[in-house]
Amino acid sequence: MKLSEIIDVLDASIWVGEDQLDKEFSIAGAADLMSDILAKLAEGCIFMTGLVTVQSIRTAAVSGVGAVVFVRDKKPPPEIIEMAREEEIPLLSTPCSMFVSCGRLHASGLTGLDGSR
Amino acid sequence: MAALRKTFRINKKDFIHAGEASISVKNLLKSLHVDTKLIRCVSVCGYEGEMNVVMHGGEGILSVEIDREKVILEISDDGPGIENIDLAMQEGFSTATEEQREMGFGAGMGLPNMKRNSDHMTVESEKEKGTQIRMSFSMADEKGE
Repeated sequence: MKLSEIIDVLDASIWVGEDQLDKEFSIAGAADLMSDILAKLAEGCIFMTGLVTVQSIRTAAVSGVGAVVFVRDKKPPPEIIEMAREEEIPLLSTPCSMFVSCGRLHASGLTGLDGSR
Repeated sequence: MAALRKTFRINKKDFIHAGEASISVKNLLKSLHVDTKLIRCVSVCGYEGEMNVVMHGGEGILSVEIDREKVILEISDDGPGIENIDLAMQEGFSTATEEQREMGFGAGMGLPNMKRNSDHMTVESEKEKGTQIRMSFSMADEKGE
């Protein structure tokens, strides 16, 4: 599934990654505890979180996350956008809740980090 | 290639800059064209270690040594030390505060995660003196899968 399709499915705004709209994704994970992502094979995943901090982006960067989605319409401040840009990690915000975001991506065919449906 | 060594400071309670050393290590390994899986393992271990120092330790140092065969990551601090290392190595055990949990940390996965992602790890800690963690990563091994 392309980043552009994920933006449509989640009715998302894009802060970083306009140049990566064709990037493909097949797995997704959701967490507000960073170690839950750090402990998994999160390489190339869509990482959904309600935690809008610099640590969300650093967690994504060290884990090789493919894109970060802030749920519940949370808007990132400029320093977080800048950090995502430096790390070349697409950054989105969706008005959907965590539950609905996960549901929409699951219904669109994405799997969990371990490949399970 | 001759061993390359870099050292970074980790400042006590500095949540804003915590993780910067690990990002620098990740970028350094990337510039050396190290295998991406190995980069992820080293970066995740460094980051978990940095967060532990910022949350629980004192002033700290992260150092990385890279040669043709391996990467060595050392994280040390002069904080209060780990009272029971065996307990701290258990998944889910955490002494994090509510405030630290609200910031997304304190799941009790830090040390177990570091052990899982490294080939070899030693933890030495002394009460009121601090903690030293040493991890090695072989360039040849496939890890994390």
